[in-house]
Amino acid sequence: MKKKKKIDSVTVHSFSRGTDLFFNIIVGIFALSCLLPLFFVIVISLTDENALATYGYRLWPKVWSFAGYKYLATMGGELLRSLWISVLVTVVGTVINSTFTSTYAYAISRSSFKYRRFFTVFCLVTMLFSPGMVANYIVVTNMLHLKDTLWALILPMAVSPFNIIVMRTFFKRQVSESIIESARIDGASEMRIFTQIVIPLAVPGIATISLFAALGYWNDWFNALLYIQSDNLVPLQYLLMKIQSNIEMLSQNASSGTQFGGSLMAIPKEATRMAMVVIATLPIACSYPFFQKYFVRGLTIGGVKE
Amino acid sequence: MEENNVAQSPEAIAAAAKKKEGLWYNIVHNGPFLLFALPGAIWMIFFFYIPVFANVVAFKEFQFSPDGFLASLAQSKWVGFQNFKFLFTSDAAWLITKNTLLYNLGFITLNLIISVFFAIVMSELRHKRLVKVYQTSMLLPYFLSWVIIGYFVMAFLNPDKGLLNTMLHTNINWYAEPKYWPFILLFIGTWKGIGYNSILYFATVMGIDPTYYEAATVDGANKWQQIKNITIPQLVPLMTLMSILAVGNIFRADFGLFYTVPQNSGALYNVTSVLDTYIYNGLTSTGDIGMSSAASLYQSVVGCILLLITNAIVRRLDSDSALF
Repeated sequence: MKKKKKIDSVTVHSFSRGTDLFFNIIVGIFALSCLLPLFFVIVISLTDENALATYGYRLWPKVWSFAGYKYLATMGGELLRSLWISVLVTVVGTVINSTFTSTYAYAISRSSFKYRRFFTVFCLVTMLFSPGMVANYIVVTNMLHLKDTLWALILPMAVSPFNIIVMRTFFKRQVSESIIESARIDGASEMRIFTQIVIPLAVPGIATISLFAALGYWNDWFNALLYIQSDNLVPLQYLLMKIQSNIEMLSQNASSGTQFGGSLMAIPKEATRMAMVVIATLPIACSYPFFQKYFVRGLTIGGVKE
Repeated sequence: MEENNVAQSPEAIAAAAKKKEGLWYNIVHNGPFLLFALPGAIWMIFFFYIPVFANVVAFKEFQFSPDGFLASLAQSKWVGFQNFKFLFTSDAAWLITKNTLLYNLGFITLNLIISVFFAIVMSELRHKRLVKVYQTSMLLPYFLSWVIIGYFVMAFLNPDKGLLNTMLHTNINWYAEPKYWPFILLFIGTWKGIGYNSILYFATVMGIDPTYYEAATVDGANKWQQIKNITIPQLVPLMTLMSILAVGNIFRADFGLFYTVPQNSGALYNVTSVLDTYIYNGLTSTGDIGMSSAASLYQSVVGCILLLITNAIVRRLDSDSALF
């Protein structure tokens, strides 16, 4: 007896075998293209410097070598300092960002807050208009006097208005008024309600905005480009950028024959530079697959509109 | 006499209640919430509201004063629309506007088509495990900074050692040939964001009620008909929302892409100059804050108007998809 063809949620979405193979190849190629550059840079960082000079960058080097990483250990100070700045800014920034963003979002999510409309609009307006790079620069340097301080790397990204709106929706959906009401009848203060009832219920949302904040801080080079001149405060991403631009300056000036003073920092060799790129990339590349579900959930919790 | 006090008239009760609702009462009563909102509100004042007003420097010949922002403002002299006049009579204004608009139009179109394509295709693939692997790989570029991507591109395009020249047996100096860059920039900009956008659409596809597909299958609809008549119409609201957001930002170029990936190469300025790089260069290297702030204000105002217009159009077409 032939079994009846069953339609269930698995078979609702699926191509026939031939089409499936065809599209697997297309998507597979694109997915590979996203991993290839990182693989390539790792390979370059493990290639012998002489082989690089003779054969150029290759996907599979003629001579392998750990010299790039060994050299990193010797240059020590500069790299470690940048790494430390990056870690510090990321940790402090993420804590500040997730705290301020969620407290603000929580306040405007509560219907018993009389001024919630005012503060909601106060936040929404910031998403409509952009004050622009110049105005921000003037306020940060000339009014707040943050130039060449760590705060210039932290404060410009300390609150995300968009995440506030996302979290407001999340709080409304996740934390019911009745739970809060019953806690208040039991005599809990607003602070206690927030820390002991609301936060545990909102962990997925807070995790999501914290991850986005951490990613933003770790990857940030723009604020450093604008505000940091001191060599002691250069985060890793900006260090990489400075190395790159020094190379260009050198090559441009080599061709035009100008002489340079000793103002430039020592430029690490190719393999070492790529090793630095690997070090800046690996923390993200190794961790995001585990956090991916939070990022994806972040996209869906954030039905911005009610 | 005492009895009079106890038996209060209705008016007295109302007056007392009104007094209770006074500003001070409200502030105390809402104290914890105000405290919660305070840090964020202060941040918005310093990083949004004051900078918005700081845009008046576009109408001044701005000079930094060590005594702080207000002193700088007071000491700079008013020049009216002079900065704008200089900006719009220069060749740069047209070039950067054109580049910004065309690149962003390219990104919006490519992103929309390719992400929706990948989302639908991935939702129909048979091996769900494999789909997870694809999605994870495609997200990687999204999580990396432009500086890192710049190094990646360098590994391929380096004129002496890059993989592309080696593989094609050519000797092209990529960073000095403007004709390739529109394609390179469009490719890199789209490539970085596809993973994120396609997952966004993918989540929506997976959320479509499966009974639609069951009914369609019973009625004998093939895969293509199902995609055309069920999946795509269900994706339209999100597609509209994403497009409004993108069109509202069409005057804002991705600074990282246009500044770091072409390595700020002078030979490429004609094809890589966009509003943001122009403003940045004016602010730092040429030191022409007046022109730079004029360009910045021009960008913000047009961007804001575009956002309002697109939103109004969408609200008229389909009020559920509108942003506000």
